[in-house]
Amino acid sequence: QSGPDPLITELQDWASYTGAGVDETPYGMPISFESHVVRRNVEWLTASPISSINFTPIHALEGTITPQGCAFERHHSGAIELSKQDYRLMINGLVDRPLVFTYADIERFPRENHVYFCECAANTGMEWAGAQLNGAQFTHGMIHNMEYTGVPLRTLLKEAGADISADKWVYVEGADASSNGRSIPMEKALDDVLVAFKANGEALRMEHGYPVRLVVPGWEGNMWVKWLRRIEVVDGPVESREETSKYTDVYEDGTARKWTWVMDAKSVITSPSPQMPITHGKGPLVISGLAWSGHGQITRVDVSRDGGITWETARLGKQGDTKALTRFYLDVDWDGAPMLLQSRAMDETGYVQPTKAQLRDSRGENSVYHNNCIQTWYVNEQGIAENVEVS
Amino acid sequence: MAAVQEEARARVAELEARPVALSLTAPAPERDGAFGLGRAAHAEELAAWDVDVLPDGRGLPEGAGDVFTGEEVFAAKCASCHGDFAEGVDNWPVLAGGFDTLADKDPVKTVGSYWPYLSTVWDYVHRSMPFGEAGTLTADETYAIVAYILYSNDLVDDEFELSSENFAEFEMYNKDGFVIDDRPDREYADWSAEPCMENCKDEVKITMRSVFLVSEPPEGGTESVMNHARDQLDSLPSFTADGPSHVAAVTQAAATTPAVQPAAVEAPEEDAGAELVAAGEKVFKKCKACHQVGQGAKNKSGPQLNNLIGRTIGSVDGFKYSNVFKAAMEEGRVWDEASLAAFLAKPKEYMKGTKMSFSGLKKEADIEAITAYLASFGEGS
Repeated sequence: QSGPDPLITELQDWASYTGAGVDETPYGMPISFESHVVRRNVEWLTASPISSINFTPIHALEGTITPQGCAFERHHSGAIELSKQDYRLMINGLVDRPLVFTYADIERFPRENHVYFCECAANTGMEWAGAQLNGAQFTHGMIHNMEYTGVPLRTLLKEAGADISADKWVYVEGADASSNGRSIPMEKALDDVLVAFKANGEALRMEHGYPVRLVVPGWEGNMWVKWLRRIEVVDGPVESREETSKYTDVYEDGTARKWTWVMDAKSVITSPSPQMPITHGKGPLVISGLAWSGHGQITRVDVSRDGGITWETARLGKQGDTKALTRFYLDVDWDGAPMLLQSRAMDETGYVQPTKAQLRDSRGENSVYHNNCIQTWYVNEQGIAENVEVS
Repeated sequence: MAAVQEEARARVAELEARPVALSLTAPAPERDGAFGLGRAAHAEELAAWDVDVLPDGRGLPEGAGDVFTGEEVFAAKCASCHGDFAEGVDNWPVLAGGFDTLADKDPVKTVGSYWPYLSTVWDYVHRSMPFGEAGTLTADETYAIVAYILYSNDLVDDEFELSSENFAEFEMYNKDGFVIDDRPDREYADWSAEPCMENCKDEVKITMRSVFLVSEPPEGGTESVMNHARDQLDSLPSFTADGPSHVAAVTQAAATTPAVQPAAVEAPEEDAGAELVAAGEKVFKKCKACHQVGQGAKNKSGPQLNNLIGRTIGSVDGFKYSNVFKAAMEEGRVWDEASLAAFLAKPKEYMKGTKMSFSGLKKEADIEAITAYLASFGEGS
C-alpha cells in the first residue's frame, strides 16, 4: 500500500446509504460474498443424486459447530418431507408394552443437549487408492458436528418395558423408502444414544432427518438413522443390507470385517489446504484444523511441516468435549519455503492416528470405509496446496 | 531428582483438582415407573411396520416364487437399473457374479459373491425396491425376484422355487466370509505408543500427486478434471530435517482466489398455472429416481425430460430406448398432453415393452399437474 486507501479516505456507499431493513430475510442466509461456502457433491461418485452424498465445506469453516445449512447430506432414497403431525415412532419387539409415540410425546420426555460429530464411514475412502480429490472438503468433508437436543434412547426403552439384557440388540429404521435399518448392541443403546429432534438450537433440517433422527455418538454415520420410525428390541442383529453388503470392508485375503462401528481418532488440516491457499506470502500464518475420536476426547494433536520428520504439538481450541470435533491451531512464521503439512491426533485411550502405510499394512487396499489416515498437503512456494502422498 | 518428583506430584494434584468437564445438560432424570407417554401399538400397526427378516428366516411371510416368474418380474421392475442379467447398468449395483474376486484389489461385491445371508436380500428387495417404488412388491413377487437373483448367480438351476418353506435351508456362498471388527486386537495396542517427535524419518519424498483437480462452480456442485501434472514428481522438493531440498524462485505473486459472484436470482413469474406447476413438482418426486428435468438435466436410467411436450417420442440423444420407443420415433410420433396422459396413467399398456418400471399415476389431477410441471421446462419443436 503506497498511498492512502480510498476505502478509508473516500465516502463509501455503505457508510452513506441505508442498508437492509429488519425482516428483509426472515430466515437469514449467508451474505452473498460467502455463497461459495456450500456443500458440494462429486457427481460421478454415485449413480444418482438421490442415493448419494455431498461434502461439508470444512476448509472454509472455523470453530467446531457445523451450521446445518452446509452440513453434509447422505441419503439412500432421497430426503423426505415428513411433518411433525404425520410423524410416528414405534417401539416393539422384546418389550412389555409395544408403543407408538407422536412427535409431541417425544418432546415430553426429559431431554439432554450434547455436541457430537457425525462422520460417514466412507469419509476419506477415496484415499485408500492414494491422493485422489484435491480439497479437504472432498477428502474429509463427510463430517459434521452439531449440538443435539434429544431424549436418551434408554428412556424410551424403559418406557416400553424393554428386555435390556446385554445379549439383546436394538434394530432401528427410518421412514424413508430405503429405511436404512441398522442393529445396535444393547450396551451402546443404553449408553449415549439419543433420539434427537433439534440440532444447533433449531429443528433438524429435512436432509438431516426432520423431525426426528437417531444420534449414535462416535459411531459411523450410517447408524444415525434419519426420519426414525421404529425401534425394535431383538435377540440378535438383523444383518440388514447396510451392515452386511455395505459398511463392511474386505481384507487382502478376501474375508471381510463387519460391525466396524466406532470411528477411530482422526484429524485434518483445513487451512492451508488445496481450497485454502496461502495468499499473504511470508510471515505469520495460522495453521488450523479439526480432530475427533469416536472413543472419546482428543487429548493432543501434533502438526508436521516437513512430512513427518519433525512434529510440533498444536494448541487445542476447546478440551473436554467427547466424541465431538476439536479445533486445533499451530501459529507459525512461514518462511516462504515449501511445506508438507500433516496432523496427527491422539485420543484419551492413547490411540495415535495412523499413517496411510500403517493402515494399508494392517488392512490391505480393498477397503472403502474407515480410512483415518494422516493426510498430507504439499504447500509450494506460492502458497498453493495440493493433496499428495509421501514416502 | 526429588525436585522433579515433587513437580510431577504437584502436576498430578493440579490435574486431579481440575473441574470435570461439564456436559451441556445434567443427565435426564429417570423414573422408576414409566412416564405413561405414547399409546399401545395395534396389531395391524405392528404387522404393517414390523417386517424385518432375521438371518434364520424369522419374519418371512408365507409365499413362494420360481426363477421363471422371477425373470419376468425382474425384467419389468429391476432391469432398468440392474440390467436384464443382474449385471448392473451405469453406476447401479451389479447383483450377479464376482465370485473369486473378493481377494482382488477391486473386489466385485455382488449378492452372489458377497452377501452372507439370503434374509438380507429378501428383506431389502421387499422393503426398499424397486428404487422409487419401494414397498410395492408382494411377498410372492419378492420370492420370485430373489430366486431369479440366485439363478443369475448360478447358485440354483432354472427349476428352482424359493418359498417360506425352503428359505432357511439356503446357504449363501460367502456366509463364512466375515469377521467381527478386529481393530482392537489388530491395531489398537500397536498404535498407542508415544509417537516420535523429532528426526522421525531421514528423508520424505512425494510419491503421488492428486489424481483429480476439483473446481467449484458458483452454481454449485463440482467439476473435476485429471491433474495433468500428477506424473511430475521430480520437480518437487524432498524433505529432510534440514528442510526442503530446494525452493523454486517465486515468479509470480501468489494467486488470490477470485471473488465468487452470486448468480442473479430471477423472480419467478406469477401466473395462474404456478400452483399447478408446484403441485406437479411434488408429483415428480415419484419420477426423480430415474428422470432429471431442468437446467443441466442428463439421461439417467430414464431420459432427461426437458422440452418434452412436442418432442418426438424416443428422440433423446444417447439414451438407449426400448423397441417400442424406437418404433414410435420412426413413426414420428410426438409427445402431446393426451399421449403423455395416457402413458403416465398406464405406462405398460400404452407403450407395451417399455423398460420404465413405474406402474402409473392413478389420479388424473396428478397427471395434469405433472404435465404442467414438465411443460414449464420448455416445449420441443
